[in-house]
Amino acid sequence: MTPASTTHSVDASTQSRALQLALAGLLGLFIIGFMGFSHIEAVHNAGHDYRHSMAFPCH
Amino acid sequence: MNIFRNVVFTAALAGLLAGIVMTVLQAGYTVPLILQAETFEGAEAPHSHAATSGEVGEAAVDDHAAAGHSHGGEAWAPADGFERLAYTALANIVTGIGFALLLVAASELAGGIANWRQGLIWGFAGFAVFTLAPGLGLPPELPAMPAAELIARQVWWIGTVAATAGGLALIAFRATPLWALIGVVLIAAPHIIGAPQPVSHDTPVPADLHRRFVVAVTITNLVFWLALGVAVALLRTRFAAGLSAKPQRRLA
Repeated sequence: MTPASTTHSVDASTQSRALQLALAGLLGLFIIGFMGFSHIEAVHNAGHDYRHSMAFPCH
Repeated sequence: MNIFRNVVFTAALAGLLAGIVMTVLQAGYTVPLILQAETFEGAEAPHSHAATSGEVGEAAVDDHAAAGHSHGGEAWAPADGFERLAYTALANIVTGIGFALLLVAASELAGGIANWRQGLIWGFAGFAVFTLAPGLGLPPELPAMPAAELIARQVWWIGTVAATAGGLALIAFRATPLWALIGVVLIAAPHIIGAPQPVSHDTPVPADLHRRFVVAVTITNLVFWLALGVAVALLRTRFAAGLSAKPQRRLA
């Protein structure tokens, strides 16, 4: 491997790592958003005490 | 997708543990106060926020009616007692995993949580971002308490969380005073703008009950975040020693 191609593959794996971490973070945001901010009535009622206890804005 | 898998696995376990801790704390300290406040809700109006917020204006009434808070109305709601607690536990665990995903992703981008003390620091940062900062403008509410329009509060809450997280990151990971100053401005900005407040703060809920609730919510969230940070730290070091003993790159 030439030095140039080595650098390239390191960059690619760093990028892939950042991308995977970003994906995991997005998944987390999606979960919190769904549970904490859902306007779906059943989800809202199921998580009622939880949302009050987390101080999420509620009804 | 090795890193993604490891992050999800670590977050799922840490979120499960911290969610269980949180459920026990809520059952002991916050839920009894919520149930007590609900007795005032019944006393004030026939079980619906729409009626109590009549003076807030048409839009707010519509919003409250749409958001719905009528236990035992048309919409499904868990039965009081065990079923209600079970759904609270489920919500705690699911969102615990969500918060854990964010915590692991953010900390790995910054180099990873190396030990339990760093876990405490990251946990405290999560507490500051998700509880302390939004709680200053929008203190934890009990049922039967008036509040501004839901969407406006949700927007302020999300903006405050984002600004506080960004500000803390600038202070922690940028070495120059200018970036630190920008970080402080970011953290202060949502509070200078101010959270949406209700037209009137009149409520049948006694001030002392609300004060106890604010303290209970703040402290239970602090313990939740510290438990989450330490759990992530311990699981991460465990995996680094065990699952990926093969000389890969550092564990995600």
